[in-house]
Amino acid sequence: MKVLYVCPVEMAASGRLDLVDSLTGHRGRVWNVSWNPTGTVFASCGEDKTVRLWTKSSGQRTWMNKTVLTDGHQRTIREVAWSPCGNYLASASFDATTAIWDRKSGEFECNATLEGHENEVKSVCWAKSGNLLATCSRDKSVWVWETSEDDEYECAAVINAHSQDVKKVIWHPHDDILASSSYDNTIKLFREDISDNDWINCGTLASHESTVWGIAFDKTGTRLASCSDDKTVKIWQQYLPGNPEGVVTQSNEPTWKCVCTLSGYHSRVVYDIAWCHQTDLIATACGDDAIRVFKETPSSHKNQPEFELICTVHRAHTQDVNSVAWNPKEAGLLASAGDDSRVNLWQFKEETIIF
Amino acid sequence: MCADRLENVNPKLFQKCFERDITPEEEDDNIVDEFDSREIFDLIRSINDPEHPLTLEELNVVEQKLVEVNNENNEVRIHFTPTIPHCSMATLIGLSIRVKLLRSLPARFKVLVEITPGTHQSEAAVNKQLADKERVAAALENKNLIGVINQCISV
Repeated sequence: MKVLYVCPVEMAASGRLDLVDSLTGHRGRVWNVSWNPTGTVFASCGEDKTVRLWTKSSGQRTWMNKTVLTDGHQRTIREVAWSPCGNYLASASFDATTAIWDRKSGEFECNATLEGHENEVKSVCWAKSGNLLATCSRDKSVWVWETSEDDEYECAAVINAHSQDVKKVIWHPHDDILASSSYDNTIKLFREDISDNDWINCGTLASHESTVWGIAFDKTGTRLASCSDDKTVKIWQQYLPGNPEGVVTQSNEPTWKCVCTLSGYHSRVVYDIAWCHQTDLIATACGDDAIRVFKETPSSHKNQPEFELICTVHRAHTQDVNSVAWNPKEAGLLASAGDDSRVNLWQFKEETIIF
Repeated sequence: MCADRLENVNPKLFQKCFERDITPEEEDDNIVDEFDSREIFDLIRSINDPEHPLTLEELNVVEQKLVEVNNENNEVRIHFTPTIPHCSMATLIGLSIRVKLLRSLPARFKVLVEITPGTHQSEAAVNKQLADKERVAAALENKNLIGVINQCISV
């Protein structure tokens, strides 16, 4: 038998997150951070019922809290979302309402309140087109709102597809396709049925064993990443009808198949996941106080992708990390929010280790 | 919240444990003493049952042997035993334990409150709800509910 000697030089991707800034201002738990579309401002919100806007003055290194939006909500603000034009902010609250803030007067002001959910609104998201908004609640429903030019918001659909609390809604990066994740352990996809203007459930992604807290599309919108109370991250691949791989599709709708499960990395609940549309890196926010970054390996295959953990920041916050968000323009700049009432900013740097 | 009649009309009573012995080491401020299960138990034993004028200790809902503390990993795990397997107060009791510890322990601790395996018919559902910090946070902003919880944990 011939013995093969393998060259002992191997390349491994690796990286690190350097803390750029640690921002105080919120009182109590910070639930969410969200960048505006140009990456120049980010919003944070939490238990103290405020939305804070942070910017960096030109030539300065530090991020400053320039605006505090108060009086919009009676209870915890769970999530904030920017409109694609950057002129509107939506905030979802445990007080069962969603507030719409605009800056027509120069400053952000609350000029509309969306009511309808029976109890806590958990998540809000604007579609890429800018004309649609989605919200979800513990009342198990997902609502789609249509916006008109004169800033009127009309409920276009109430979708009762989940059997439990809906935790998160996100829109597809290009199309008017909506994804939601739930306490019922599933992720569901929705689109408008052109024939009767009704929103239909066009896919159910089941594989997680507990609450799915976060979901994120990659830049192409053909992949989705999800994170869960079951301590795993899953990657889902879209297969169109008639796909060459022979993945079965039903009623001419794409099938989303779980092609990768990342388990053994997180020691507690994974609360949020962010898929960078510039670098393709995936960041996670975990109840074990850590932030982790995953990267697809160069030899990864579409139908059986491989991701490796390239960076872990233990004690990224002194308590649970609730939210992570990549800056949409500045590659590698990551914002995070935690139960420790802080918002932290990180810069990712890739390093290649040869050993 | 209040039922017309008691679910468990005649609960079994248990002996309260003795007060904790204070050692000289514990009174010495120069010695760091870590949290132990008795200390955590002392925080929750006097919580009132929502149904009876009795404490969780007297009803054997909480026991020192079902309190685990791991100081190194900042973990506290508590099992509680409802007096009857269909007790509708299980979630409320679990919430009271969580709130009491939330207000008493340093924020570094990750607290897990679960039903003692095999002692409640909705064990998994109650455990999932108690572990969901978002639901717990929302519940604590509910004035009626927090009022009831405050009554349970007031000494």
